[in-house]
Amino acid sequence: MNWTTVKRIFRSGLLDFWRNGFVSLASILVMTVTLFVVGMTLFAGVILQTALNDLRDKADVSVYFTTNAPEDKILELQKSVNALPQVESTQYVSADDALANFRERHQNDQLTLQALQELGANPLGAVLNIKAKDISQYDAIAQFLEQQQALSTGNASIIDKINYFDAQHRQALERLQSITDSAGTLGLVIILILVAVTIAISFNTLRLAIYTSREEIQVMRLVGAGSFYIRAPFMVEGVLYGLISGLVTLILFYPLTYWLGSATADFFGGINVFSYYVSHFLQFFAIIVGTGVVLGAAASYLAVRRYLKI
Amino acid sequence: MQVLDEEPSCREGRERYNRKVVMIYFDRVSKVYADNSIALEDVSFSVEPGEFISIVGHSGAGKTTLVKMLLAEEKPTDGSVFFESINVHEVPLSRINHLRRKIGTVFQDFRLLPQKTAYENIAFAMEAAGRHEEEIHSDVPHVLDLVDLTDKANNFPDELSGGEQQRVAIARAIVNQPDVIIADEPTGNLDPVNTFEVVQILKKINDLGTTIILTTHNKGVIDSLKKRVITMDRGRIVRDDREGKYIL
Repeated sequence: MNWTTVKRIFRSGLLDFWRNGFVSLASILVMTVTLFVVGMTLFAGVILQTALNDLRDKADVSVYFTTNAPEDKILELQKSVNALPQVESTQYVSADDALANFRERHQNDQLTLQALQELGANPLGAVLNIKAKDISQYDAIAQFLEQQQALSTGNASIIDKINYFDAQHRQALERLQSITDSAGTLGLVIILILVAVTIAISFNTLRLAIYTSREEIQVMRLVGAGSFYIRAPFMVEGVLYGLISGLVTLILFYPLTYWLGSATADFFGGINVFSYYVSHFLQFFAIIVGTGVVLGAAASYLAVRRYLKI
Repeated sequence: MQVLDEEPSCREGRERYNRKVVMIYFDRVSKVYADNSIALEDVSFSVEPGEFISIVGHSGAGKTTLVKMLLAEEKPTDGSVFFESINVHEVPLSRINHLRRKIGTVFQDFRLLPQKTAYENIAFAMEAAGRHEEEIHSDVPHVLDLVDLTDKANNFPDELSGGEQQRVAIARAIVNQPDVIIADEPTGNLDPVNTFEVVQILKKINDLGTTIILTTHNKGVIDSLKKRVITMDRGRIVRDDREGKYIL
């Protein structure tokens, strides 16, 4: 294939694109809808992920220590817990901090505060809040803590209570896990179906557009044109549809995300779709324009094939 | 000893073909469609270079099927078609376009590319054959002049009359200087004046040395040509006259 052929293919593709104005416009519109859906699913995926992460983040396990537990022992335990591969972070709340928190929480509850006053000494023990990397890993962490507790039976155990072993807390954790997991799967399935349907519609539109040219393709064959020479201009057209639709979609997303930005920031785990769009623009460009171009080229390639069989 | 069983004309055709006097050779070609209707039955004939052959017959006699066989648009159920020593139906689909470039085609319904101007339609055949831009710039105006359409070069097919469209189609068929031109009912959609013009152009091309295969059921055209006529009826060749008339 030489330079002249390449030039002819591009010229022919561009000319056909221009002269078949209405067909081109219709194809671009349908393809824009497709790419818009693809873009929306990207946003939906991100929003879903952050919302689910936000939910998962609310889960933790708290270890309550006895009031007389020495701090160095607690910090030692925190160290060994931190060393566990499943643990994302730990937060140590000393007995004094726990008391301060308690006071703050009950600042309007005079009765409780009075009772606390009466008691004199700090009735609260220190607390270690543990966050796992994944919800499913709390079980392993709790097992580890239980082991630690068992090991120290010789001395008095410093651990008073691990809330993971409360039936309620455990149930809440498990429910949270199953909800987030199934929401994630369901979201993915819906997204995939939506994308598949719109791609199919787009494919069909291009097939119809090329169907109108089927006699031309046959004439080209009879005049002695090779398959590639017939097919390539149609692919140029398809790529052009994808390119234009992709750019239109990207432009449409700008005001749309701007408009929705603050609303999504309030609702779904604090992600602002507008700032996300702007900061990930190159990725959006690559995915949306790339999808359009590949879709256009592939649909044209396949649609022309069936008329080349003479 | 199959050769001895054949009819003398068939054997003679094959021998002449072997001696390369023959350009196109139909060797006992039959075509039966899926619904068992017979389009061609045991058709054998040969065409020499430079000949002007008319194939006549009623609608459905098998004229168009015959032409499609030569272009490899359709495959025979039985028999073979040779064009310049090549069995047309053994050429793979990916190479068939090289063979078709040696055959110019003109159809009853013109079959121009609607999105291309007269000039571009003709240029397309040359571009498809991989010809240089300079050649295209010099040859296309030349053939447009030959069919007397220089002033319509930039018109689209739907802006041309039937006769003009057919002349564009002829220009497209001859621009690559093919060895043979197949004209399948080229005058079927034309009035007498345009019919006369198209036939005159075909004669002129033939005089310049190009083989012409013309299918028609226009009695006037055949009788005025005074060239070889093959008469078909229900898929068979019933007459083959050196200087024939329209007899049906």
